[in-house]
Amino acid sequence: MSLALFIEQLLNGLQFGVMLFLMAAGLTLIFGVMGLINLAHGSLFMVGAFACASVAAATGSFWLGLAASLAAAAAAGAVIEILVIRRLYDRDHLDQVLATFALILIFSEGTRWVFGSFPLYLDIPALLSGAVHLPGGAQYPVYRLAVIGVGILVAVGLYLLIGRTRLGMRIRAGESDREMIGALGVDIRTLYTLVFALGAALAGLAGAMVGALQSVQVGMGEPVLILAFVVIVIGGIGSIKGALVGSILVGVTDTLGRFLLPAAFGLVMEPSAAAGVGAALASMLIYVVMALILAVRPQGLFSAHA
Amino acid sequence: MSRETAVSLAFLALLLALPFAAQALDEPFYITLATRMAILALAATGLNIALGLGGLVSFGHAAFFGIGGYAAGILATHAFNNEPLLLGLPGTNQMIVMWIVGAAVAGLVALAIGLISLRTSGVYFIMITLAFAQMIYYFAISWPAYGGEDGLSIYVRNAFPGVNTLKPMSFFLICYALLLAALALFWRLRDSRFGAALQAGRQNPVRLAAVGIAPFRIRLVAFVASGMVTAVAGALFADLNRFVSPSMLSWHMSGELIVLIILGGVGRLAGAVAGAMLYVLFEFVLGGMTEHWQLFLGLILLAVVLFARGGLIGLLAGRPRHG
Repeated sequence: MSLALFIEQLLNGLQFGVMLFLMAAGLTLIFGVMGLINLAHGSLFMVGAFACASVAAATGSFWLGLAASLAAAAAAGAVIEILVIRRLYDRDHLDQVLATFALILIFSEGTRWVFGSFPLYLDIPALLSGAVHLPGGAQYPVYRLAVIGVGILVAVGLYLLIGRTRLGMRIRAGESDREMIGALGVDIRTLYTLVFALGAALAGLAGAMVGALQSVQVGMGEPVLILAFVVIVIGGIGSIKGALVGSILVGVTDTLGRFLLPAAFGLVMEPSAAAGVGAALASMLIYVVMALILAVRPQGLFSAHA
Repeated sequence: MSRETAVSLAFLALLLALPFAAQALDEPFYITLATRMAILALAATGLNIALGLGGLVSFGHAAFFGIGGYAAGILATHAFNNEPLLLGLPGTNQMIVMWIVGAAVAGLVALAIGLISLRTSGVYFIMITLAFAQMIYYFAISWPAYGGEDGLSIYVRNAFPGVNTLKPMSFFLICYALLLAALALFWRLRDSRFGAALQAGRQNPVRLAAVGIAPFRIRLVAFVASGMVTAVAGALFADLNRFVSPSMLSWHMSGELIVLIILGGVGRLAGAVAGAMLYVLFEFVLGGMTEHWQLFLGLILLAVVLFARGGLIGLLAGRPRHG
């Protein structure tokens, strides 16, 4: 195992973590402000990827596709917020789980109806298609570095938005006391729609960026959604900072686990058995990490509602 | 006899009558459909102990369903290939052994999951149970010994003493009898001191603590019992399809089990039965009309959650006396 390979895997983990952060930030924001558990967040991820792939295929421009993914996911988010989600804020979590589970069925089957079952492919834009040299002699794709960069920008942007702007102040006020902020004359319904659309746009952005790395297909959002749940459970529900730390932790642990565990078992077992055992345990690793963290801190690392 | 009892008995009688009608009309496919209803009803009755009585929204019951299925599949494979399983113990093709092994393993897993997840509540509990079920799902996919992603076939339906299980009707009756047993368990639990404490923990945990009962252990016992019942259903499901695959462990399965209960009525004795019958019927009727039936299922489900709370039993028998 060379240092270059290790650095490459570390960067892959970071890129995966950043992508999870885009999903988890929206989920945790929606939960923190509206108290809603949104299973359909993975569908918004898928909407972003499909919008990007189809617009990029029609116009030949990845950048137009990226803009379309933000617009489409935000619009889809706003529409479902107004039609469905709005009625669920006062319901218990069971109803929220079911209604958003129903939304997943509708989105997945609707997308399959429109686009068919075959995956779409999205090319990496020419501007970002090269590779850079890493210390140790390996090459690393510029596109993945750009994804990491976008994730960091979004994290900083969210920090500034929530900490430094009037809208952010209202979001924080909505988190702590929704009656009071309504009484102070803030239009809380619009605020909620806005927050939901913001979370949806972040999910759509993540979907579009991941779409260029893997195929764009129905159901692509679900594994990511569940990992985003693990992230916000680890980080503490409602905390953006927790989502960031949890995402990086989950992304890096998962990627390095898949890379290191088979190698580690290879030291004591024959290679084929080691690959099997290593892969099986690596796929469980992040859940073990989650269980350990919860055993020590049942409310997550940075809970906003402790 | 209360109205709810009458409605419950009517659903059970309807489920029992269905395969006999199918046999009289010489349509064996409908016997399989009724068997599927009975098995899903059994699985959901298990979940109803945790969800309906205890208010524990487990989004990971597919784990127990799948564990039951894999218990049946693995034991049958070892018996079929005549390979010893563990420590020289042989496999078996006896259903009863599979149910016991499946329920025991699922009970141990439920104990481990419950010990961690019941320390939390609300959304945390939902997400953690989901995450642990996913962990088992990914383990089943990446563990190559028992088929991995491709699943595991059961070549001959397993045996039950004195019954020819290859006959669809006999197999249905086994499933139906187990469903009745699970409903009896649910009913006895609900009306026992234990059930009263469990339901009080859902309605008002603070008051329960004030009378000196800690909810944690009660919930843990309910969660374990719930997982064990669902595991038995999983073993039957594997026998029905003669196939086990990781899809039995997937989170869609967990979602489906919750959906069954909501369609039927949360915490109602026959809620799972009514829900399973309705769901399989939807699947069959809508699936025959369009390949995109899940879209319409989603719309129906959304309508039920938003506008028709209380499910089918709630609609027919009114609201429960204690909410």
